[in-house]
Amino acid sequence: MMLRTLLVALLSLAATGALADQMKLAVTTSFHNSGLAEVLLPEIRKDLGLEVQLLVVGTGQAIRLGASGDVDAILVHSRKAEEDFIAAGNGTHRTEIMYNDFVLIGPAADPAGIASASSAADALGRIAAAQAPFVSRGDDSGTHKKEKSLWDAAGVGADARDVAWYKEVGAGMGAALNTASGLNTYILSDRASWLNFGNKGDLALLYAGDPVLFNQYAYLPVNPAKHPHVKSDLAARLETWLTSDRAKALIDGYKLNGETLFTFNAAP
Amino acid sequence: MVNPSILPLTVTDATVRRRGKVLVGPVSLSVSPSGLTIVMGPNGAGKSTLLRLLHGMERVARGTLAWQVPEAQARRRQAFVFQTPIMMRRSALDNVAYPLIVHGTPRKDARARAATWLDRVGLADSATKLATVLSGGERQKLALARALIRDPEILFLDEPCANLDGRATREFEEILTAAHAGGTRVVMATHDIGQARRLAGDVWFVYRGALHETAPADQFFAAPRTREAAAFINGDIVE
Amino acid sequence: MNEILQGLLQAGRLIVTLDSDLIEISLRSLRVTLSAVVIASAIGLPLGCWLAVRRFRWRRFVIATLNALMGLPPVVVGLIVYLFLSRSGPFGVFGLLFTPTAMIIAQVIILTPLIASIAHQAIRELWAEYHDLLISLNTTRFQRIATLLWDGRRALLTAALAGFGRGIGEVGAIMIVGGNIDNATRVLTTAIALETGKGNFALALALGFILIGLAVLVNLGVHSLSRTEVSDRW
Ligand SMILES: Nc1ncnc2c1ncn2[C@@H]1O[C@H](COP(=O)(O)OP(=O)(O)OP(=O)(O)O)[C@@H](O)[C@H]1O
Ligand SMILES: [Mg+2]
Repeated sequence: MMLRTLLVALLSLAATGALADQMKLAVTTSFHNSGLAEVLLPEIRKDLGLEVQLLVVGTGQAIRLGASGDVDAILVHSRKAEEDFIAAGNGTHRTEIMYNDFVLIGPAADPAGIASASSAADALGRIAAAQAPFVSRGDDSGTHKKEKSLWDAAGVGADARDVAWYKEVGAGMGAALNTASGLNTYILSDRASWLNFGNKGDLALLYAGDPVLFNQYAYLPVNPAKHPHVKSDLAARLETWLTSDRAKALIDGYKLNGETLFTFNAAP
Repeated sequence: MVNPSILPLTVTDATVRRRGKVLVGPVSLSVSPSGLTIVMGPNGAGKSTLLRLLHGMERVARGTLAWQVPEAQARRRQAFVFQTPIMMRRSALDNVAYPLIVHGTPRKDARARAATWLDRVGLADSATKLATVLSGGERQKLALARALIRDPEILFLDEPCANLDGRATREFEEILTAAHAGGTRVVMATHDIGQARRLAGDVWFVYRGALHETAPADQFFAAPRTREAAAFINGDIVE
Repeated sequence: MNEILQGLLQAGRLIVTLDSDLIEISLRSLRVTLSAVVIASAIGLPLGCWLAVRRFRWRRFVIATLNALMGLPPVVVGLIVYLFLSRSGPFGVFGLLFTPTAMIIAQVIILTPLIASIAHQAIRELWAEYHDLLISLNTTRFQRIATLLWDGRRALLTAALAGFGRGIGEVGAIMIVGGNIDNATRVLTTAIALETGKGNFALALALGFILIGLAVLVNLGVHSLSRTEVSDRW
């Protein structure tokens, strides 16, 4: 009896999902952690009858997924990697959608004194000078790439970061934040992940606002000339929606703990 | 019988070796189409090995075994009851039906015949019991029924009554005698001299891996030709 | 401590309210792992049995390999399956990556050596017991395997359940080949990983408790089924 009901339930589960159009979109962990996806996806489904399946990965893997044709489009935030992606013929074009910003998190006591820093480079310089523990994503994600470029700008090169206080964890944003919280260290995070993070412990937002910390998200459809099976028509419909006024209202209006996270900046 | 008999079996210089050591042989003998042979000898003499050799379960290192029909056909007409009966993890009924089922008898017929055999060996009440919970005597009777159900032309038994009390031994012997009367050739190893006297038509005395003495039963027990056989019958320790 | 209590409370709340997401991912967990266990058992049980019965030159080597494969890290299996199923891999044309089928394939690869190895251990003992009888009765190799599988079914059930236990709790491989897509390939373990990543320890823990409960339930269910069968027949 129980077995029968279970079987029926399993079969019905197997049957669902074949109804709507489906496409796969690789997005970064930081975008997903913002919670914006949970607002946008149901609206997309309502407006377009399109079910967008999200693969939540680091930028590095998102780019790889697009390059090997395993997804139909990618939504990432690492300009250099995106341009290489287009140049290699993996994507047709790059469309900027919105931006948010990165923030520097650290122990509330702020032993390196970055709260009063004059720029992001200055803040990181102070952390290096104090040799205060710092957790890095270390996973080749957009956030990780951004962090490395910031360190370079602060005059702390790759060699100078090969030290005990600089800890590469090789993990997603959430896992890295968990580590930083556990060890009570500094860390660079996108604002959305930080606000949504449930295990803050003794950590606090210490520095933000430098324009170099802005984080541009772009949408790149995978090139159908290279991967004929990709659903480029669905990817195009999604792009039209993402750059529409409807998306603008939803993105600009999205707030977490009373804070606006994203600024829509797509050219219509 | 429509089928040609598989007997007599002629064994010529057959030898069984394990790790370079000769366990049995070289043995030369002939197994006639009828009769009841008792195999005797001290522990470790090679009785079990000899029976297994005849049954085709030991690799023959040297020498030959010649049945009247090809080896594969001959195997189908033999059965073996082991020194410790092997109980399959099934009901007593399914244990007895198993040899029929693996050789193509429909399940229903096989079970019906198994039931009559269980009845014959006095285990009708235990048909649905798991075979592994049966007592030692019940197990031996079950093994005998399982060996006889395919109506073998020759039946080997390896000390089947070693753990049985007098009554169980008598019941076992009755079934065996009935099978023998029905035309089954019997070759049985035993340590029980009383049993040997009761059943034997002829005796093979095995000593140190060789057939030391073979004789008709009355002659063997009355006047053994070898010193070792005489000592064995007297109950002396045979080195 | 507080977190564990909250996890328990939340688990209770999710179950009592029959949370639809929870039911969906729980059923998907069951579907993926049960399918994988069934397929892996269909391969592993006869394989383990065959290895116990058959003597051949490379037997020891095959058994050693099997035991080594048992310790195969799931992430490695996941990565290899991923590369094979990727659109740019050899089986890309089937479009299986990031589907429940891909997750089942990965789990079959993880579970088969485990199930085969445990089955081999169990059947080897049974074969030692039955050897003389089955040889004496002139059975074919196929009949021997069938007999051992049937008479050893209780031990083999244990092997399958061990496979289920490993499969239902596995996260590394199915995360990679399934992609943890909401409404498509998210299962209990990947949801737990996700919620842990977000720092939602209470929810992650709640899902963990539900996972444990599910595993216990399946085990109890299978055992009670096998016991009714026993009392019927014996
Ligand atoms: N598998 C084996 N490997 C090595 N030696 C063996 C093996 N089987 C039997 N033997 C040896 O062969 C000899 C004969 O053994 P067998 O079992 O035939 O004796 P038996 O006459 O039946 O003795 P018992 O009266 O104790 O049953 C013994 O010395 C025994 O140790
Ligand atoms: Mg013996």
